[in-house]
Amino acid sequence: MDVAITGMGIISAIGHSMEENKASLLAAKNGIGTLKHIQTKHSELIKVGEISFSNSELTNHLQLPENHNYTRTGLLGLFAAKAALVNANITNIQEYKTGFISATTVGGMDMTELYIKQFATNPEVQKYIHTHHAGDSTQKIADALRITEFVTTISTACSSSANAIMLGARLIKSGKLDRVVVGGTDALSKFTINGFKTLMIQSDELCAPFDAHRKGLNLGEAAAYLVLESKEVVLKEKKEVLAFLSGYGNANDAFHQTASSENGEGAFLAMQKALRTAKLNPEQIDYINAHGTATPNNDLSESIALQRVFGRNIPDFSSTKAFTGHTLAAAGVVEAVFSIVSLQEQTVFPNLNFSAVIPETGLKPVTSVIKKELQHVLSNSFGFGGNCSTLIFSKA
Amino acid sequence: MKKVFIHSAVCISAQYTFDTEEFLNDIIELSGETASAQYPNYRDYIAPSASRRMATAVKMGVSAASKALEKANLNQPDAIITGTGMGCIEDTEKFLNSIIINDEAFLTPTSFIQSTHNTIGAQIALGIKCKAYNSTYAHAALSFESALLDAQMQLQHEESNHILVGGVEELGKEIINSVRMMEDANFDGIQVPFGEGASFFVLSSEAKENAIQLVDMEVCSSASEEIIHKKLILFLERNSIIASEIDVLIGGRNGDVFDGYYDAIATLFKIAPELCYKHLSGEFYTASAFGLWTACQLLRHQNIPEDLIYKGRVKPEIKTILLYNQFKGRDHSFILLKL
Repeated sequence: MDVAITGMGIISAIGHSMEENKASLLAAKNGIGTLKHIQTKHSELIKVGEISFSNSELTNHLQLPENHNYTRTGLLGLFAAKAALVNANITNIQEYKTGFISATTVGGMDMTELYIKQFATNPEVQKYIHTHHAGDSTQKIADALRITEFVTTISTACSSSANAIMLGARLIKSGKLDRVVVGGTDALSKFTINGFKTLMIQSDELCAPFDAHRKGLNLGEAAAYLVLESKEVVLKEKKEVLAFLSGYGNANDAFHQTASSENGEGAFLAMQKALRTAKLNPEQIDYINAHGTATPNNDLSESIALQRVFGRNIPDFSSTKAFTGHTLAAAGVVEAVFSIVSLQEQTVFPNLNFSAVIPETGLKPVTSVIKKELQHVLSNSFGFGGNCSTLIFSKA
Repeated sequence: MKKVFIHSAVCISAQYTFDTEEFLNDIIELSGETASAQYPNYRDYIAPSASRRMATAVKMGVSAASKALEKANLNQPDAIITGTGMGCIEDTEKFLNSIIINDEAFLTPTSFIQSTHNTIGAQIALGIKCKAYNSTYAHAALSFESALLDAQMQLQHEESNHILVGGVEELGKEIINSVRMMEDANFDGIQVPFGEGASFFVLSSEAKENAIQLVDMEVCSSASEEIIHKKLILFLERNSIIASEIDVLIGGRNGDVFDGYYDAIATLFKIAPELCYKHLSGEFYTASAFGLWTACQLLRHQNIPEDLIYKGRVKPEIKTILLYNQFKGRDHSFILLKL
């Protein structure tokens, strides 16, 4: 076990801390509701997983000066990344070769969409011209955490933060870094709400992953980070290990810009690669935290991919997106955090709002909180552009 | 650890760099606020039906990638890794404007689904049905370097044998004007036009005759001039190279106040000439990929076009090249090449 997870931080629609997120999961309490912070014509027609803190509340919590130019993506990211370092008991960041890898899809869109038409004339909003690009939130968080060396941003749509975790693991395995903070952040925006609206895959009800009558996804926003450390650092510092990252795989569906292939080829390949790097057989996986967006296309394609990998003995699985909404670039790390909590608590969290199996595949997810022995948990993240990534976490 | 070689280098830029075997001997003088790339005849690389819906970055990316594979005699890479700072900004602006203009009504999905940063890498994969590892880095002036570093790591550790790596940027129509306006409000701002382009490379762990070796690279998010100077000394030491062995230094000078970083490292190289290229490519987050393409051409052609020389005298033989780039005093990168 070369890559240890020694800290986690999260802010999502089901809580502003690890403890709150864990409590919501154990109580099967979702965070989906009516949109509050964004002005859009669609607010009555959609349900979202929105974080209750406003930008000014986040600013206060982070003790930032009022005239800062953090976007919401940056604020959420800093909030979760700081929590991850506290959780990992890291006070002196310079002590080890430390990197920071963050994922985002919207970047600074939350501010761009408000102010783009004023950029030329209103000096007060010009501070947001340079915050549009995806790297901006990453740079700000890295600077705030005083991580100065290897810092980068990954943007592979809804698999982004799974790829950030994977890159972090590879950097540690190759010896380039001793320690790396990995994860992602995405704020809700009018841009993404309207985008998914045009695709007609946004539900006006609570989303129902893997259900025969699923109507589409609920968008969400979140930020979460893991602290990955090498074996050597863990031994030297006598660190408490929360779990190990034992496997990862990245493949491309190469089928369509947005739709998943009928046979779930990309997902199948990603899961196979992850099992191979983890040196595990399919039957050793005890639980799958599925991508399960609750769109008609994804859930069927993912179900077929699961059948191809696991045959008739599909492990217990659930999608936790009915708790948080689909948090896009952050989804991979949010679900990584949940997978690790599953291992810690030896508990499978339910797939909410499920009532009937998809007729083509007949797969039934876990629908209540169940205690069971868990050694290895597999987590899927798939995105536009055919980007498919799988991570495997193992009990500490 | 395996060595890393560059098997092909292809560049679409504001200069004639794509449809020619010549090396910058017919220079286009760039002026003004922005400089568009010299677009190739896309029909040679993309079916017209597909090309019609693609934005500039995707078309440039797919064309450059396709030619890079062809030149390296490679059908299927083991990974496709793309760097783009602003991503698909054309389609992003298009979709955002249709939201604003139509007040969230009558929207169509095309520009939204093509607005994600990974559209370029995805379309390359789709075009050649490549199901391998695929990732996209979007981290300002380290976007391309992050992609290159990912590839280097995969090849060194034998996770892959041949990788397609590229850096792509398109100008877009709107945000670029605000960025330019802010830049020009400063007398010590960037002194070259903002540009765009696509450079793709096939990297491989297979040694070929006369192949250029990517000896090593390093990136750093933020550091002072003194620290960069020290880091470079350590970087060269780690690769057992002394400063006088560097035949050419290529810096990412753009004329702004942060050019001091290049002055700070140039003191290490008393003999090597220093070259610059952003007056020819324009400045953009992945302009350093044009820099790498230039370095590959120097090693291949063994001559230095006059327009590239910032200072110093040309050495008779070019074997070892060091590239250094930074943007606004951050996102530093060293790349070391050897023939």
